[in-house]
Amino acid sequence: MSNKVIENLYYTKSDEWLKVEDGIGTIGITDYAQDQLGDIVYLEKVEKGKKLKQDDTLTTIESVKAVSDVKTPVTGEVTEVNIKVIENASIINKEPYVEGWIAKMKIENKDELKNLMSAQEYSEYRKE
Amino acid sequence: MQEQEILLTPLHEEHLKLKARMIPFDGFDMPVQYTGIIEEHFAVRERVGIFDVSHMGEIELRGKDALSFADYLVTNSVMKIKDGDIKYSPLCYLHGGQVDDLFVYKIKDDFVLLVVNASPNYSIKDYDWVVKNKGDFEVDISNKSRDYGEVAVQGPDAIKLLEPLVKEDIPLKELKRFKFIIGELFGKKILISRTGYTGEDGFEIYSFKPEDIIDIWQGILKEGKKFGIKPCGLGARDTTRFEVCYWLYGNDIDETVNPLESGQGWTVKFDKENFIGKDALLKIKEKGISRKLVGLYIPQGGIPRTKMEVRKDQKKIGYITSGNYCPSLKKVYAMAILDLPYTEKGSKVDIAIRNREVEAEVVETPFLPPFNKR
Repeated sequence: MSNKVIENLYYTKSDEWLKVEDGIGTIGITDYAQDQLGDIVYLEKVEKGKKLKQDDTLTTIESVKAVSDVKTPVTGEVTEVNIKVIENASIINKEPYVEGWIAKMKIENKDELKNLMSAQEYSEYRKE
Repeated sequence: MQEQEILLTPLHEEHLKLKARMIPFDGFDMPVQYTGIIEEHFAVRERVGIFDVSHMGEIELRGKDALSFADYLVTNSVMKIKDGDIKYSPLCYLHGGQVDDLFVYKIKDDFVLLVVNASPNYSIKDYDWVVKNKGDFEVDISNKSRDYGEVAVQGPDAIKLLEPLVKEDIPLKELKRFKFIIGELFGKKILISRTGYTGEDGFEIYSFKPEDIIDIWQGILKEGKKFGIKPCGLGARDTTRFEVCYWLYGNDIDETVNPLESGQGWTVKFDKENFIGKDALLKIKEKGISRKLVGLYIPQGGIPRTKMEVRKDQKKIGYITSGNYCPSLKKVYAMAILDLPYTEKGSKVDIAIRNREVEAEVVETPFLPPFNKR
């Protein structure tokens, strides 16, 4: 079973993805991450306006069998939260890359993107 | 600590073929899920599911005193049960805490089967305890955990699926809850009981040879297709048992929890002449318990997990024993051992979930009534 990886996104070793548009980063977890977690049932509320450093915990995600932290791929301020996934976290299982985004952040330092992986690198990293 | 060998059930290959996700559990490499816990949960609640439970332990007691020895070991009364009857019971230490909880299967007066929980090294913990307490009883004790295979077929369609597969030697429709019968299935000798750990109607099927369970597993999966059967893992085993508040040894009950605290009081028969733990439990009963296992409803804020602290006004008053999202109820519940008097229904408490305190309310158990009480 191979998990989906989307082109033109940045990826972290802790299985988050980051989409960058006009200095705003959209964050979610990868298909691999949702598959590992299994049925997701809860996502801790993310606070809008919160300032986080790269690798800080953005939120905590819970599935029927596990709990996992979602890390912030880049330093910045949370500008938007996906209320839909807070209300119905199982969306992340179905649509980890589109409907299942978790939060948007204003990216403070674009240089940090260099620490992240490309789609190809991430695919290699999670190749079983 | 000594390195433990990883144990495999006879169905291990089958799980790999079905691409199950495997996890270590009580010394065994076991499937936690095949396609998804919630999907498997609903297969059991609405149709039928099959679980590999070959990791469970079987201890045979044979000899003149088999039944009286079993009666001395456990808190429940088994002296008057009939051949083919099954009794649930805690197995206690002298201090009243629990070695395990188990099922006593009376095959005949001089042959009793104890079905115990899995623990490392083929349930050696239970076996050692039983042997240690043999005393003057005329009984042969053998740990057969390695020899029995076992599957659980659970769900409202379990009877419809299995009834046409058995012959006259197994009148399945007449088999009542907590009764068993020995017969044949797919040409293999089996013991089949109307029992389970899901809160649904269903059966547990034991093979007397480990490899025989493979044909039974494959046969039931094949014949079960028309009922939409699903192989189910430990994940769904946990969510189904949790909704109906069946105790999970190691979580809800253990050596520190006595049956009077856990709501298993109905299984403690003080009118029996003697049983292990009687004196201690009698004292506890006279003095009154100081804490109790209760159900909690968590309206929002996360999933309580085992061992999380429960507080009242920032003070610790107990701990979570089990907690999860209940797929059939679409709500989050937990079981917790709380100090009296916080155990009254409607009592509001806080659960320390990581760095936050989440509100919870003491509610009635079970969260979902078992199938025969809905």
